[in-house]
Amino acid sequence: MIALSCEEVRREISNYLDDDISPTMRRRLEAHLEQCRHCSILLDSVHNVLVLIADERRFELPAGFSARLRARLEKEFLQSGQQS
Amino acid sequence: MDDRTKTPVADKAEWQRERELIDEVLAGNPHRFCDLIAPVERNVYFTAYEILRVPADAEEVAQEAILKAFRNLKQFRGDAKFSTWLLTITANEARLRLRKHREVSLELFKPEDEDADYTPLQLADWREIPGEALARKELAAHLSDAIAALPLIYREVLVLRDIDGLSILEAAQALEITPSNVKTRLLRARLMLRDYFVSRHLISCPVPAGRGQK
Repeated sequence: MIALSCEEVRREISNYLDDDISPTMRRRLEAHLEQCRHCSILLDSVHNVLVLIADERRFELPAGFSARLRARLEKEFLQSGQQS
Repeated sequence: MDDRTKTPVADKAEWQRERELIDEVLAGNPHRFCDLIAPVERNVYFTAYEILRVPADAEEVAQEAILKAFRNLKQFRGDAKFSTWLLTITANEARLRLRKHREVSLELFKPEDEDADYTPLQLADWREIPGEALARKELAAHLSDAIAALPLIYREVLVLRDIDGLSILEAAQALEITPSNVKTRLLRARLMLRDYFVSRHLISCPVPAGRGQK
């Protein structure tokens, strides 16, 4: 198995985290990570960013957003009904 | 579980549900449109928000995008999921707004070396997500600034993929770029976010033994 360089590993980090990687590449990458502290730190920290983003996804909508949207849609529904 | 981990069966069920609702709306029952957008309206708002960074603008764009989807529902071909189509409209509306308001040309954001390798900073350890809710909350606040600091071409890929949970292919369709472009930009975006935290010492930074800071 030909060892991957750090540069090659960096290029695959995103795909690795998305599980969008061939089994062979996965094995080669994991073999590199076991040996290379820098790349394994990089991988962990990028993973942490994704965890933080997942938190961000739970943020609340502005108060009243849905009600204002519904009100606007109601107007639109009325107009579309009159047109047809 | 996010959209990316959905099984094909769940995906198919969602597709079918969307199709039925669309047919009902088109058959003259517009109120069913509210059920159609309910699962995705949050993502519509945040897609607009992450691109525009102004809550009032984001809300306006979110409403505009949803109205546009309603008015053009007949033209929806169903070759993508409705949610993907709506998020695509949203991203495009937000980009238009950004261009108009800030007179920002998208070309400005196209660095010539987009395909060149991005070298992440090599100065920090950051293996642990802080366990305490407060510290995590603080990091989340910084994350918002970090996303805002990304050039648009990276920000929009990150928003569609990591916040909205679109697949690589869906994000590629939405932005009219190749899947390989999506992957390249996504990698860059994630590395840049990570470096944002590292370079601001928002995280503990023991330098790995034997290697100096760059």
